[in-house]
Amino acid sequence: MTKRLFVKGNEAVAMGALEAGCRYYFGYPITPQSDVPEYIARHLPALGGQFIQAESEIASINMLLGAAACGARAMTSSSSPGISLKQEGISYMAGSECPGLIVNVCRSGPGLGGIDASQADYFQAVKGGGHGGYHIIVLAPDSVQEMYDLAMLAFDLSDRYRIPAMLLADAVIGQMKEGLVAHKYVPPADLAEKTWALTEKCNSGKRKVVKSLRLGDGEMEAHNNNLHARYAEMAQREVRYEGLHLDDAELVLTAFGSCARIAKTALRLAREQGMKVGMLRPVTLFPFPAAPLREHCATARKVLCFELNNGQMVDDVRLALPDKEVAFYGRAPGAGSLPTPEEFLAQIRTHYEA
Amino acid sequence: MNTQMKQVFSRPDSLKDVQTHFCPGCQHGTIHRLVAEAMDHFAIKDKTIGIASVGCSVFLYDYFDIDVIEAPHGRAPAVATGAKRVHPERVVFAYQGDGDLAAIGTSEIIHAANRGEQLTIIFVNNTTYGMTGGQMAPTTLPGQVTSTSPTGRDVASQGYPMKMAELIGSLDGCSYSARVAVDSPKHVIQAAKAMRKAFEVQINGAGFAFLEVLSTCPTNWGMSPLAANKRVGEEMIPYFPLGTYKDNSAV
Amino acid sequence: MNHDVFMAGFGGQGVLLMGNLLAYATLIEGNNASYFPAYGVEKRGGAATCTVVMADGAVGSPVVGEPEAALLLNPLSMEKYYTKVRSGGFVLINSSLVEDDGSSRADVDKLLIPANAMALEIGNARLVNMIALGAYVQYSKVVSFTALQQALKEVLPERNHRFLPMNHQALEAGAAFCREQLG
Repeated sequence: MTKRLFVKGNEAVAMGALEAGCRYYFGYPITPQSDVPEYIARHLPALGGQFIQAESEIASINMLLGAAACGARAMTSSSSPGISLKQEGISYMAGSECPGLIVNVCRSGPGLGGIDASQADYFQAVKGGGHGGYHIIVLAPDSVQEMYDLAMLAFDLSDRYRIPAMLLADAVIGQMKEGLVAHKYVPPADLAEKTWALTEKCNSGKRKVVKSLRLGDGEMEAHNNNLHARYAEMAQREVRYEGLHLDDAELVLTAFGSCARIAKTALRLAREQGMKVGMLRPVTLFPFPAAPLREHCATARKVLCFELNNGQMVDDVRLALPDKEVAFYGRAPGAGSLPTPEEFLAQIRTHYEA
Repeated sequence: MNTQMKQVFSRPDSLKDVQTHFCPGCQHGTIHRLVAEAMDHFAIKDKTIGIASVGCSVFLYDYFDIDVIEAPHGRAPAVATGAKRVHPERVVFAYQGDGDLAAIGTSEIIHAANRGEQLTIIFVNNTTYGMTGGQMAPTTLPGQVTSTSPTGRDVASQGYPMKMAELIGSLDGCSYSARVAVDSPKHVIQAAKAMRKAFEVQINGAGFAFLEVLSTCPTNWGMSPLAANKRVGEEMIPYFPLGTYKDNSAV
Repeated sequence: MNHDVFMAGFGGQGVLLMGNLLAYATLIEGNNASYFPAYGVEKRGGAATCTVVMADGAVGSPVVGEPEAALLLNPLSMEKYYTKVRSGGFVLINSSLVEDDGSSRADVDKLLIPANAMALEIGNARLVNMIALGAYVQYSKVVSFTALQQALKEVLPERNHRFLPMNHQALEAGAAFCREQLG
């Protein structure tokens, strides 16, 4: 059997990123993600990389922009209030088509909020976050293993589409420890060279300009159309999700990240009690798995969406299923008040029997 | 053809053969030329990365024959840091105005300098926000009328002009800091020399170099080009003294 | 196999190490485990709790509302969490510090263990967690003692390996106490 490590989610995401060839990290301390920069600060120098603890979240996202424009795999990580500060830079990265990884170990809010797990930043992550009508790739790991695996996938997708990628985790996924199989990173065979990026060597050929200002006649409109065409292509090609007991499900649960873990236990208990319940867990939150959701819910009576907030992803579920009854249960957790599988099970029973 | 004729003046190779968008009497053009001459002097245009900031200088990529990354407002030193860390063998400079560097970007410039990043920063101080139409800048002089200080800058409520060359020079991470002007042939010659120095420091791996250049904005000052040029000597230089504030480049 | 255990005490009692060891020992035996700490803003001296979920298949929720077992090492934990333990479950109470003997519930198995006194007897007050863990593993058989000892060896830095015998002794003392009390 492959040797399994026993590590925190925050360490796993750092390990996955470094294995995927990330050699530049720029960040600023904030709970509950500080294990990410701490791990990278310990390991990056030996790999010949650069770690900078920046003066602010704003500076770190802009350092990421600079490194990305130079063709490097680079990342930053933070938690909710810090991610808000990064939104300016994320918009510029989207506008100037700079790939890069942004890890958000989400905490509760608004404002300074709490340090507990929360999924309150779903809208911010998938609807754009900053100004300008763009989207970024958003992946939602639900285990320590996925923190590792999806860090790699995030770089691949980000490089392929020249769209920044966010890993949306939370304090549960970041702080918990589980077994991890640390495997080798294999770059996708079809991943193109970054010919658009500023290269290491002196450049006597065509000058390269990485920018987001587009004042030419029709230039901005064309650029937006181009970005949105890529979003559509991603929706066709890059959607990822996990399906459980969907074949005969009368009630389909949807949940992502840590909330999906709680829902999985509730699902097991419901099945043990004879209820025909299934689950579809979006792994890519953007692109959202709308088409698979439609397909798998075709014969279900009802859909129940669980979230660790007061209802955000449920909007996307309802948009995907306009003719289906979609119920929601969730709450914004505070200190020590995460929903439990028993609590979800009670909801499942109510909606199953109704 | 007279073979005795020798060409003594031409467009620097690092500048593209295009007309700029700058207003008549604006000194961005002169400062661009000095940057280009310095790049020519060291023959580095093929290895230079320019960081464009937000303001009148954003069109850097239209004028310089170099690779360029455009930064958000005030963030050029952070973007430059990311670029230089990835490609340390390239020469990276940022070109920023006073709103960009001394207001919204104070954090980025101070910390890039304090880390001793191997960068060259050209800071153009014309005491106003040019691109947005002449609002009060952090460098606006006491009593100066702008569109957002219509009765003149009142230092009691609006604070004092920021002396960036002195401030940056005081940081241990900074290797070179100076202030120059381009309002007279003598000053232009001094500025050209300081510009070469600001690039040389980086090329030699000697650390962070900061060059403040006093400049005009005739359009937003409501002055003729000549009157604006005169103002540099009469009003700006007394408040913003020219000189070298730090030179540790040989150490 | 599907098991979960909740552990609580105050900072410094080694609650988190206890959870780490149990989860890691579960992995060593080829099963799956999640270890989820709940932490206070204060790093030292505050409440320390963690949940370990063990399964031969997918772990599912790392968070448990009504745990199958609870190891309660101080009075505050007893006050806060005793009622939450699942009916038919198991509760270990550190009777050195907790006065409440748990008589308010008849629907759970109880082990009142004077862990602090026993730790002092072995020679180190910090062994409370190992005594509690030994007793719980003896009761539940969720992992083998061999796996626990291996986990301990891998988790402890090399320089602290001289403490291994003392830790093994504490695990065994907890287990022996459990055998005596509950058979």
